[in-house]
Amino acid sequence: MTAPEADTKTTPLNALHRELGGRMVPFAGYEMPVQFPAGILKEHIHTREAAGLFDVSHMGQVRLRGAAAQAMERLAPVDVVDLEPGKQRYALFTNDSGGILDDLMITNAGDHLFVVVNAGCKAQDIAHMRAHLGDEVTLEVLDDRALLALQGPQAAAVLARLAPAAAKLLFMTGAAIEIDGVPCFVTRSGYTGEDGFEISVPADRAVSLAKRLLAEPEVAPIGLGARDSLRLEAGLCLYGHDIDTTTTPLEASLAWALTKTRRADGARPGGYPGAEVLFEQFANGVTRRRVGLRPDGRAPVRESAELVESTGRRIGQVTSGGFGPTVGGPVAMGYVEKEHAKPGTAVRAMVRGKPLAVTVTKMPFVEQRYYRG
Amino acid sequence: MSNRKYSKDHEWVTVEGDTGTVGISDHAQEQLGDVVYVEVPEAGATLEQGGQAATIESVKAASEIYSPVSGEVIEGNVALADEPGTVNSDPHGAGWFYKIKLTKPAELDGLMDEDAYKAYLESLD
Repeated sequence: MTAPEADTKTTPLNALHRELGGRMVPFAGYEMPVQFPAGILKEHIHTREAAGLFDVSHMGQVRLRGAAAQAMERLAPVDVVDLEPGKQRYALFTNDSGGILDDLMITNAGDHLFVVVNAGCKAQDIAHMRAHLGDEVTLEVLDDRALLALQGPQAAAVLARLAPAAAKLLFMTGAAIEIDGVPCFVTRSGYTGEDGFEISVPADRAVSLAKRLLAEPEVAPIGLGARDSLRLEAGLCLYGHDIDTTTTPLEASLAWALTKTRRADGARPGGYPGAEVLFEQFANGVTRRRVGLRPDGRAPVRESAELVESTGRRIGQVTSGGFGPTVGGPVAMGYVEKEHAKPGTAVRAMVRGKPLAVTVTKMPFVEQRYYRG
Repeated sequence: MSNRKYSKDHEWVTVEGDTGTVGISDHAQEQLGDVVYVEVPEAGATLEQGGQAATIESVKAASEIYSPVSGEVIEGNVALADEPGTVNSDPHGAGWFYKIKLTKPAELDGLMDEDAYKAYLESLD
């Protein structure tokens, strides 16, 4: 067994992953398990049928105190000011051209905002917030905390045994809750399309909590491989692939995330980077859009495959793709010119030099099973 | 003892008369992970040793399969189209890729036997 490379970071669960037989790979500067002995297919199915435990401690956890809601509205085209205590919201940081710097989750934790950002954007996001949130906001990086995700239709039943209060949370809400005697911050959210939780836990208690959860009969450890196939089937974006600084939220089919209050005709319009670009796109539409793609055959169509129309003219590109274990076939997403973005449109994906038939499809590819009470 | 011979690219070939059967090693299937799609060559295709012969896709990635021997394909294992997971469950048996009429049987001498392949795998660790 090889030790992690010197410049690669590890999460508090690293030794546990190895003990569980995790195949460790570098990801966003961290050494993470891509799969456990069960393998990606079984881990994926297990999460959809029971409950999967994911280590997402590589993601950035940040606590903002002070006039944080107003300040965050200067960086993100979403409503934070009216986000009620206990409520969580999906948000985006935009740049001056309306491109996406990162996607993130913001929870109003009562006396502070609890923010979770992507691992790969963590340093940049923290610098961005420090530079622009102003002196009235105190930013605390919670690098003394791990983050566990418990996802799947049986996640709530499992957590109810350890912390009944957690199981009462609704989708996109969060609260400080003790689990098995450990003070955690729990949100009912995730990245799989399933009901589930993300649990922020003190780093020195993460292993014992993970083991406690894994001891429950429904729970199995899940690696990054299945995390990716689960989010792909759920139609969720992966930053750096499906969205980046060159895609706007409207092009990315994320207009739903741009709260009405912050649009041109809203109560607090604009005031965030790229507002004029987004207003213009709301008014006049976009020239390309992120869509779901179902290959007609069995061959997976993967990231960076070109999309062409019947004449062979290029109309877009695949940004994520692979095999969907629950769908039982290949699934993908990508950008196409808006004329081709309507569900049911037949396009072609170039794979190993051959055009494969692909149909533009509504996402998600699987039914979302969030708990809304 | 098996007369299975291995290439450095982790393909195997077994030979009866002038007909070889080609597949990928247990080590290869384990490294690839869950196989979800296999494209095997059609009968009549001419393959060169080391040339691209088939495509295999796991949940993780697409990989090329290189022919361990030169020859003319007699039959591709069409059953893999519907049951690609056979490559994982029975890589040395029902998970074979294609049968090939050898045109350069001497190439077999350059491949590894079981023991040599085992030593080769250890050298990779």
